[in-house]
Amino acid sequence: MKRAIMMDPKDNVATALVAFVVGDKVEVVSSAQEVLQQVTIKDAIPLGHKIALANIAKDALVIKYGETIGKASRNISAGDYVHIHNVVSIRLPLTEHMLHSK
Amino acid sequence: MEFQGFERPNDLVGIRNTVLVMAVADCSEPAARMIAAGIEGAIPVTQHYGCIAMDIAPTLVGVAKNPNVAGILLVAMGCEGMQPEPLVEEISKAGKPVDVVNIQKIGGTRKAISRGQEIVKGMVDQAKKQRRKPFDVSRLVVGVKCGGSDTTSGLASNTAIGAMSDMLVDAGAAVVMIEPIEAIGAEEPLAARAVNERVKQQILKWVGNEEKRWTVPGAEMDFMCRGNVEGGLTTLEEKSLGAVHKGGHRAIKGVLKNQEDYLETVPPGGGFYLQDGTHMEPMAMSSMAAAGVHIVVFATGRGGVFGHAVCPMIKVTGNPDTWSKMSEDIDVNASTIMESKESIESVGKRIFDEVVAVASGKVTLGEQLGFYNFSVWRRDPRIEVLLGLK
Repeated sequence: MKRAIMMDPKDNVATALVAFVVGDKVEVVSSAQEVLQQVTIKDAIPLGHKIALANIAKDALVIKYGETIGKASRNISAGDYVHIHNVVSIRLPLTEHMLHSK
Repeated sequence: MEFQGFERPNDLVGIRNTVLVMAVADCSEPAARMIAAGIEGAIPVTQHYGCIAMDIAPTLVGVAKNPNVAGILLVAMGCEGMQPEPLVEEISKAGKPVDVVNIQKIGGTRKAISRGQEIVKGMVDQAKKQRRKPFDVSRLVVGVKCGGSDTTSGLASNTAIGAMSDMLVDAGAAVVMIEPIEAIGAEEPLAARAVNERVKQQILKWVGNEEKRWTVPGAEMDFMCRGNVEGGLTTLEEKSLGAVHKGGHRAIKGVLKNQEDYLETVPPGGGFYLQDGTHMEPMAMSSMAAAGVHIVVFATGRGGVFGHAVCPMIKVTGNPDTWSKMSEDIDVNASTIMESKESIESVGKRIFDEVVAVASGKVTLGEQLGFYNFSVWRRDPRIEVLLGLK
């Protein structure tokens, strides 16, 4: 079964270890590779991209590695694809220039 | 746990027995290269900032004093602004053989090469007589670095190296992480690991100053780019946390100074340290070598292929494709994390074991290939003044 990794027990997102397609049943594993839960995938998720493990309300913190990586820019539901369309940096918001630079 | 190292004066331990042939400036680099040619165990190095860049002297001296170095021959042209004698005086405090060949004084290149080879052969013969002895792992000083990063780096190689860092610190060893640019966006979690308020302020300044250097109006650098976003990194915080993860989770005991008049070496007693400096790999490794680092553990997604003249480099990849294509260059496979076959802790333990093996003499793949990169980082003192960072 395809897997996503939850880097720290405090995290509310997990990262895809392979690419997921819609309808995939995916196991979420810990950094020790223990299976923690199963999620059904609602959006195509490329390798290295993230899914939500819990509902994250707009402005709530998004946690990976046990640390804050940003805040939700809209309400996110468990299982949703989590990326720049629904999360913003608190430290340094993305600019158009960054998105066009290699 | 023990490793087999070389005893050095001043209660130091080395893991290699290298004789360095150091051209004080690149004018004498050809002579240094010719002196070292054909002598196994001798490695030529130089720097490319000219002979009046006195502000890199602390790095050259630090590298020469690194305990992996058994002896040093300085090769001078003769008219350098950076004269070899003051360097010799500093280096000799390490209690190791050190000598100078001056091309202008001796009467030309051929005489310098002949005399230089005589000296270096003597140093190599003396070094060969040394036998490795057991030392506790707590005597090791290990640098961590990443480069050629990709999506797998923050998930597999950096995290596994982080687990290794914690194991080393728990065993009483020292771990050093350089590259403040990578920490921009992760300064708060790093500062929270400071052993005290003074170190916390050092960490914030270490990152804050680096951010100022890269955000000069009109010459700004983007800290995030399209490739990061396409790889799945959503924010700068996420990117930076993935990078600094290789430094593990233990308390940070200090930020080692690396400035024009002073390069701070790793204090005895182990623990985790940050070091001021650059993120550019060979230069960063020279700074770490000058601080006394024995081995650099390097995370690479795409497959970095280089080494260092003084510090053997253990390369780790988390990318299954890179591992299958480049296993002749990469020492440790962390892609088992991506394939969900092995825990991060277990890969960290394999890297820890590799560090101990390399410390005891196991030849890294980069050493087998003869990778002995050497370049020196120089911070432009004028920029520091203009930005008010001094």
